[in-house]
Amino acid sequence: MNAEGTLIALGTIVRREMMRILRIWSQTLLPPAITMTLYFVIFGSLIGSRIGVMTHRPDGTSISYIEYIAPGLIMMSVIQNAYGNITSSFFGAKFQRFVEEMLVSPMPSWTILAGYVSGAVLRGFMVGIIVLLLSLFFTKIHLYHPFITLSTFLLASVIFALLGFINAIFARKFDDIAIIPTFILTPLTYLGGVFYNVAQLPTPWREISHLNPILYMVSAFRYGLLGVSDINLVWAYAVMLGFVVVFGTICLNLLHRGVGLRS
Amino acid sequence: MTIPQPTSSTPALEVEHLKKTYPNGVEALKGVSLSVQPGDFYALLGPNGAGKSTLIGVISSLVNATSGEARVFGVPIHSRRSEAMQMIGLVPQEMNFNLFEQPFQICVNQAGFYGVDRKIAAVRAEKYLKQLALWDKAFEISRTLSGGMKRRLLIARAMMNEPRLLILDEPTAGVDIEIRRSMWKFIKSINDAGTTVILTTHYLEEAEQLCRNIAIIDHGRLIENTAMKTLLGKLDVETFVLDLTNACAELPLIDDVRLTRLDERTVEAEMSRTHDLNSLFAALSAHGITVTSMRNKANRLEELFVRLIDANEVATGKGVA
Repeated sequence: MNAEGTLIALGTIVRREMMRILRIWSQTLLPPAITMTLYFVIFGSLIGSRIGVMTHRPDGTSISYIEYIAPGLIMMSVIQNAYGNITSSFFGAKFQRFVEEMLVSPMPSWTILAGYVSGAVLRGFMVGIIVLLLSLFFTKIHLYHPFITLSTFLLASVIFALLGFINAIFARKFDDIAIIPTFILTPLTYLGGVFYNVAQLPTPWREISHLNPILYMVSAFRYGLLGVSDINLVWAYAVMLGFVVVFGTICLNLLHRGVGLRS
Repeated sequence: MTIPQPTSSTPALEVEHLKKTYPNGVEALKGVSLSVQPGDFYALLGPNGAGKSTLIGVISSLVNATSGEARVFGVPIHSRRSEAMQMIGLVPQEMNFNLFEQPFQICVNQAGFYGVDRKIAAVRAEKYLKQLALWDKAFEISRTLSGGMKRRLLIARAMMNEPRLLILDEPTAGVDIEIRRSMWKFIKSINDAGTTVILTTHYLEEAEQLCRNIAIIDHGRLIENTAMKTLLGKLDVETFVLDLTNACAELPLIDDVRLTRLDERTVEAEMSRTHDLNSLFAALSAHGITVTSMRNKANRLEELFVRLIDANEVATGKGVA
């Protein structure tokens, strides 16, 4: 398949994913909007107003609790939706067997992966924008470092899209795609510095928290939006790029071997 | 290494010593070799579980072969999958499209997976959906289509890359006779236009009518691979069912014909293919028996098929004692 054909094939998958997201918007875009509004109301306005100032920027300006948790909540939505999109979409294609449309086609394995990851990133982006706009009703958000904000969003959504893809490949029933979000993803997100500064934790929980990859994503994203971070940015990028390479390699290897897809 | 380029004499499909053993130990293919010539209409028959779908799975790259090789127009599937798949269209046995998408979308997307430009894909989708009488349903949700429409959609989808080799795995299963005939008419026209067609079906009468060459597979082994005419030529005995005008109490003895009474007005006549029907009717008339109508007891291919499968069962020791 030549480069032009591969690009058309990739565009076809992305387009189909986009249509799916928009067709079932009440399942893909509305729930995170409602959930995050509740987070902003309860944790931000009601409880957050009693917590007061969380930290200060290098220029000395204070950061309120609601301002502090907003980047984490946006990142949480991005992660959960990127993961949820690829698991439900790819497993759905496996379950209904229309994944075979792609498997019997001449397009290379990486195109299938890139198409589904792009779909997940798009959903993460749409949800991220929705939550960002909602946060503006409750607090002020300044884009301190646009490149860091965008690159962190992109890396985090790619990481969780790849992880979701691995989950969907091994899943045999719908329960299998709910286990990781429920028992691993949600706890790691809550413990990843979304609602608190890990520096405030006592030893050994502070050190243990540094094993949580979501901490690096939330902190880097917070730095992009607020200009403050709990984690060294170099470490954050190293961890995120490392995960992209590792998960990407695993996905391509699984696709190449046809694990869970070809007999 | 020089890669052989397909020529007009290159077989559309070549399968050599193909073996497939599933992880549970089931040997679905035990060294199958066959060759299909370009432009052929080829029947691949066998009882359920014989290995037909596994063979099609290997050719369409949905199943990884344990050993052996398959080539499409000279292009090895394993090492040059993308090139080989570009030439294949597959109509699977099971419905495998997104039930929430419209037939038009399904067809256009399928073309996209083969790198076909969206504008060209839209033209092709309209063409094939119209040819398969699905255009009026093109923008309805596929889930709402009837069984026959879904089967035709699978064919339209398989045509979107305009394949040189079209593989149909039981495409008419569960489809009524009228739709089945319209589907065969379409597939015959595709074959007449130069596309090589490989067909598996349980409707042996159709295989007999449509296909020029035939392979029969059983227990993962090829037990017959020849021209349809050659195979049918092997049938030495035919059985007819005769409906009589009047009740017949006693059957006459006729040379080279074995008559069996099914009921008082129906008789079964088993006779050599060399024995002509005129002499049978003359002999019956001479005994005052008039025949109102007659029909083959079974389709000719069906009779041969059953015999070959039974013989193979006995040979492999898997037959019922």
